[in-house]
Amino acid sequence: MTRVLEVKGMKKYFGGIRAVDGVDFHVNQGEILGIIGPNGCGKSTLFNCILGQLTPTDGEVLLEGRPVTGLYPSQLNRLGVSRTFQLLQVFPTLSVRENLILAGQEHRGTKLTRLFGRGDAGLTDAANRMIAFFKLEHLADQKAGGLSYGQQKLLDAAMAFMAGPKLVLLDEPAGGVNLTMLAALKERLEAINREQGATFVVIEHNMDFVMSLCSRVVVMAEGRVLAQGTPAEVRADPAVVEAYLGH
Amino acid sequence: MTTRLDPNLAVILLAAPILWFAPAGFKAYGLYVVSLWLVMSIAAMGLNLTLGYAGLKSLAQAGFIGIGAYTTAILTKTFGVSWPLAFLASGALSFAVGVVLGFPALRVKFHYLAFVTLAFAMFVFLVARNEEWLTGGVYGFSNIPRPVIFGLDLSRALPFYRFVLVVTVVLSLAMWWLLRSPWGRAFLALRENWMRAASLGVDIRTYTLMAFAIGSAWGGFAGALYAPLVEFIDPAPFAISASFVMLLTVVVGGSGFFLGPFVGAFLSFVLPELLRVTGGWYLVVYASVVLVLLVICPTGILGLVERARDRLSQRRAAALRDAARPMLEGSEAR
Ligand SMILES: Nc1ncnc2c1ncn2[C@@H]1O[C@H](COP(=O)(O)OP(=O)(O)OP(=O)(O)O)[C@@H](O)[C@H]1O
Ligand SMILES: [Mg+2]
Repeated sequence: MTRVLEVKGMKKYFGGIRAVDGVDFHVNQGEILGIIGPNGCGKSTLFNCILGQLTPTDGEVLLEGRPVTGLYPSQLNRLGVSRTFQLLQVFPTLSVRENLILAGQEHRGTKLTRLFGRGDAGLTDAANRMIAFFKLEHLADQKAGGLSYGQQKLLDAAMAFMAGPKLVLLDEPAGGVNLTMLAALKERLEAINREQGATFVVIEHNMDFVMSLCSRVVVMAEGRVLAQGTPAEVRADPAVVEAYLGH
Repeated sequence: MTTRLDPNLAVILLAAPILWFAPAGFKAYGLYVVSLWLVMSIAAMGLNLTLGYAGLKSLAQAGFIGIGAYTTAILTKTFGVSWPLAFLASGALSFAVGVVLGFPALRVKFHYLAFVTLAFAMFVFLVARNEEWLTGGVYGFSNIPRPVIFGLDLSRALPFYRFVLVVTVVLSLAMWWLLRSPWGRAFLALRENWMRAASLGVDIRTYTLMAFAIGSAWGGFAGALYAPLVEFIDPAPFAISASFVMLLTVVVGGSGFFLGPFVGAFLSFVLPELLRVTGGWYLVVYASVVLVLLVICPTGILGLVERARDRLSQRRAAALRDAARPMLEGSEAR
């Protein structure tokens, strides 16, 4: 099986705080990998190091076998890696459709062809399809800032899919989302994984969500990998129960 | 799908012929004031791109007007270069200076741009005042020629005003195109959330630099018109205070609104002239108007218009909801 993403010996220290302290893991093509762990164990920091948001203290990131450590976030995105952040990140004064067009436009042609080409970079239809896919039709022309929290969370996720990425890293997509929205989100993620073969890494605290969505789970504690395996294996691991699930 | 004419484009296309004919009866002074309004609108349009759309705090727009004005004055008067070439050189030089200034500033931290541009505005003023061999120092540069284009003599006030109008329309259309292209969306994304934009593939360094450099080029273009408009330049109009007036112009008109610069420049450059009849009080009246405006509407005049429109559409939506209520109640009763 090809490894879409491989992380080797990742470390990130903030002064004396060892937020990430030697993490190794990989993600296979088409997999949905979960990352769980107590608050402050370094999950978001790990994402930010993988995605070039932070400079790692040490460690290596391989995308389909090629080293990509130290690339800018925008460069990684153009290589087919997209993400969402733990805190909601949409463009509040742009409409839902404009948010989605923005999310795809930098993958169309070059800066120069975009400057002289169409205003929507030819993405209006694709944006409308994504809007329909996430059932946001009635909100397409509304400013994103006026949507409910759950709707913005859906839009945030939809933006990560606009460019047809091969790898998507989602940081707590279910955080603060109500049950109906959560079911919708899970169904959408599964559909994109199935139909487009996109690979996912999902950080989540919602155990039901992780355990039912993911084929494999990495458990972190205090900046390290404590255990990894199928949801059933992880649940049965005494160390995991001790460190995390037991609480 | 029917394509609707963009309202901003419609305003430009509609206003152009009106502005062509309307001031025909004005005296020379009136024509000077409307010409100044258009020239300053161009400079404000540039700053509106940098500040209003891309959210970058530049405090040097008058410095770029100065670069354009002196470049055009020196090239056309001393070297006899034709005005169109001097115009392009003014824009290109301002663009290049923008790149050189912006590049190191952006590598450090975004808000450093404010400090760098402030220092730069001071630098331009000092060069203009002290380097007499180049700029004429405090005595300035007089008898700057008005251009002759395609054999048309533009030295009289009305033809020159119309020429300024044509250039303004062309630059407005270019800016409109830039802002409606994916670049415009990328600029907005920088302003609203650059971190998210980067994660969506937006090359934030290049776009930031371009927003600043293009905005600066518009300042240079405005300067290239300003020099032959006033026919005499000295360092005073390019002092730091003038850069703050540009900032105020953009904010009062409505920062991030396409037509905001025209509204703002009207307030900053035409209103004071209209208020001259009030004698010594005109500055006080002007300052109070601006102050009150900013207190009741921090998003500028066009922000006020948009707010009214939002409120109207909300009221309409509420009316529709009210109209639908009997149907809901009916269905519950059943
Ligand atoms: N920029 C920073 N500077 C200093 N310390 C930081 C910084 N970012 C994170 N940390 C610290 O690193 C540790 C890991 O934080 P991180 O946000 O990665 O945790 P997390 O696993 O994502 O937690 P949560 O589940 O609450 O989101 C925490 O102790 C945090 O305080
Ligand atoms: Mg986190």
